[in-house]
Amino acid sequence: MTSSPVLILNGLSKTFGSVQAADSISLELFRGEVLALLGENGAGKTTLMNMLFGHYMPDGGTIDIIDDSGYTESLPLGNPQASIAAGIGMVHQHFTLAENLDALDNIMLGSEKFLKIRRNKSQAVQKVQKIMNDSGLVAPMDVAVGKLTVGERQRVEILKALYQDVKILVLDEPTAVLTPQEADKLFENITAMTRNGLSVIFISHKLREVLAFSNRIAVLRHGKKVGEISSKEANERKIARLMVGEDTKISLRKKIKAGAPVLELDNLTISGSSKRESISNVNLSVKKHEILGIAGISGNGQTVLANAISGLVKPSSGKIKIDGKTITSIDPSNIIQTGVGRIPEDRHKDGIVGQMSVAENMIIEDLNSGKIQSRGLLDREAIMQNCSDLSSKYDVRGPGPNAPARLLSGGNIQKLILARVFEASPKLILANQPTRGLDLGAAADVANRLLEARQRGSGVILISEDLDEILSLSDRIMVIYDGKLRTAETHNRESLGLMMAGEVA
Amino acid sequence: MVEIFQILLSESFWAASLRIATPLIFGVLGALICEKSGVLNLGIEGIFVAGAMSGWMAVWLGAGLWGGVLVAALAGGFFGLIHAILTVPLGLSQHVSGLGVTLFATSVSYFSYRTALPNVSSPPRIEPFRPLEIPILSELPFIGAVFSQQTAMTWLALFMVGLVWYVMNRTGLGVAIKAVGDNPNSVDAQGLSVYGLRIGAIVAGSALMALGGAFLTMSAFDAFFFGMVNGRGWICIALVIFASWKPGKALLGALLFGAFDALQVRMQTEVGAIIPSQVFLAAPYILSIVALVIAARRAEYPRALLTPWFKGQR
Repeated sequence: MTSSPVLILNGLSKTFGSVQAADSISLELFRGEVLALLGENGAGKTTLMNMLFGHYMPDGGTIDIIDDSGYTESLPLGNPQASIAAGIGMVHQHFTLAENLDALDNIMLGSEKFLKIRRNKSQAVQKVQKIMNDSGLVAPMDVAVGKLTVGERQRVEILKALYQDVKILVLDEPTAVLTPQEADKLFENITAMTRNGLSVIFISHKLREVLAFSNRIAVLRHGKKVGEISSKEANERKIARLMVGEDTKISLRKKIKAGAPVLELDNLTISGSSKRESISNVNLSVKKHEILGIAGISGNGQTVLANAISGLVKPSSGKIKIDGKTITSIDPSNIIQTGVGRIPEDRHKDGIVGQMSVAENMIIEDLNSGKIQSRGLLDREAIMQNCSDLSSKYDVRGPGPNAPARLLSGGNIQKLILARVFEASPKLILANQPTRGLDLGAAADVANRLLEARQRGSGVILISEDLDEILSLSDRIMVIYDGKLRTAETHNRESLGLMMAGEVA
Repeated sequence: MVEIFQILLSESFWAASLRIATPLIFGVLGALICEKSGVLNLGIEGIFVAGAMSGWMAVWLGAGLWGGVLVAALAGGFFGLIHAILTVPLGLSQHVSGLGVTLFATSVSYFSYRTALPNVSSPPRIEPFRPLEIPILSELPFIGAVFSQQTAMTWLALFMVGLVWYVMNRTGLGVAIKAVGDNPNSVDAQGLSVYGLRIGAIVAGSALMALGGAFLTMSAFDAFFFGMVNGRGWICIALVIFASWKPGKALLGALLFGAFDALQVRMQTEVGAIIPSQVFLAAPYILSIVALVIAARRAEYPRALLTPWFKGQR
């Protein structure tokens, strides 16, 4: 990179309570460059970017913007409007789209005078069309965002940033919800845009895409910048060690013979109110000592399939058999008692009761156990003891057993759920997107626990969008597309990617 | 049965329906604006009382009728601002704050009335709005008779339906209000102020609600009584769900309720001897519950309704 810097962060710091989220971080971004920002959850990536975008007021440090003519200007801090005016655009990890509005309204939001009698939509459409042509990012403009697919929403989100004439684009985990092909396409588009002078910072967990598509990599750990390397000189091991500070290992999948089927779905059909809530004629079986991976892009029926196995929705037709016996009354408590452990997709909403304490959340699926109650009265001491035992066994860290569970970090919430599920020694474990949004360390922990359960004799269904995870953990792989489940004969990224996109491989 | 048809075909019935609907139109539009921005405003009942009292009082003190309307709107905006500060930047429970505002606004209004007029036995009267003759419209058969009985405030209410529709659907402000009620982060990410939009929407919506109250003392009647609002605010909270947050349907809902109410009064005189009058009094409320049950099943609430948003917390 021979070009000049467009952005210089000088010693940015931010503390939340007693946590030092960013500790004097300095960073340069060059014109036309793709800089990858890597780090575990809580390493300070998002905090740093939120300071850049003016959402957070830094405790110390400065931000300098250098314009095309080389003029350096100090950015007013804690002021989103100033950041937008300076040409900084941010695509947040969680979509910031109003679902009741169409894409065009979302894009125009904030860039027009409020009380103008006539809105100039046609001019906006023209501008968006030009951006679409230049970037290759295409999404329907006149449909309510709530009706778009996740991939389309992602593109609207980026178009929204580009519409503000950004010079610096920040992408916070842009590929978390995309298929490998969609992700590759997105990065191709981004590369094309950098040729026109756009500078990009992207935050990601996926080492593969970071290595493939960035020019430079900066690594954060515990709020500090711990390394900066050119992508050409980097490799996965090197970066992972920088991020975690040590080597993480996923234990090898030991060869083990699968046993009798624990779960069988027999022509299961659910006709939901929309396509993404329906599945048709699903047949599958999971055996003891086996991990069945189900790959697919979200919105293709995974949620409904998982809900059916969890007993949350009743199938329109077909049978669910556990241990060879057809389940006649399909409801969650019955399913749990038959020996199904569930790791739900939305761990905050469906995995815990946020207002209840950590200790209470650990026993919530097994209130009748003699361990924590007698004659219908809960034994407070036993519950606390159980919590402290499980917390150390599963390494759940947080503000203590009496704190509301919602205060735990995503990784620790997942560990809490793992603890609850694994302690019940389930016959079947249904893990729906178990590592989504988790950092390397926590994700490796989840993977190791699933392998351990397989070793112990559980059958595991692993539903995931992360192909690397599916490929490394699964004994067999199926792909869900448009509510239909098909077996993947060949286990490689390319053929799975094609099946996920609905093309026969 | 014949009597019902005679009633439905009479000009006076439709004129009364529109008159009864007027305060509800103001109220539903006000509630709609607040809720579209993501904040439920249960202060509505008290804001009706405050609008009725303050508008009337201003006229009684010599402010002129339109001066009274302005005073009522300002009073509504003031109580709306209290609700807005409690629920938006402070993020308190919208239910609790709203009920508190209703109790507060009602009590302050009664208190002011009693303090200003300690010794009156019958409420003093003002000269209210007179029916407005519109040159060509009033000569039309039937419709002319229905509309020529209406005052300027009813026309203002109908105009407001169009204005609110236009702002919500055709301006950048409307887009921003709808966005802040669906996902406040979308507004924040574009550098707009979530607090500013919500506070503004609540104040404006509350000012509209107060006009509903002012209509009662300055157009429908000519004096202020205790208890005269009589649950109209609560009806508006239900009607806004019935209307699925659309101004056009809000008008329809208000007219429907107005028609039920006008019908029950007339039915009382027709068959009041056989059926107790309380049944008729209750009828509009029962019918609005039925309508609500049917409509609310399909209602799509603004996604961020009741959810406070805090800056820097996402």
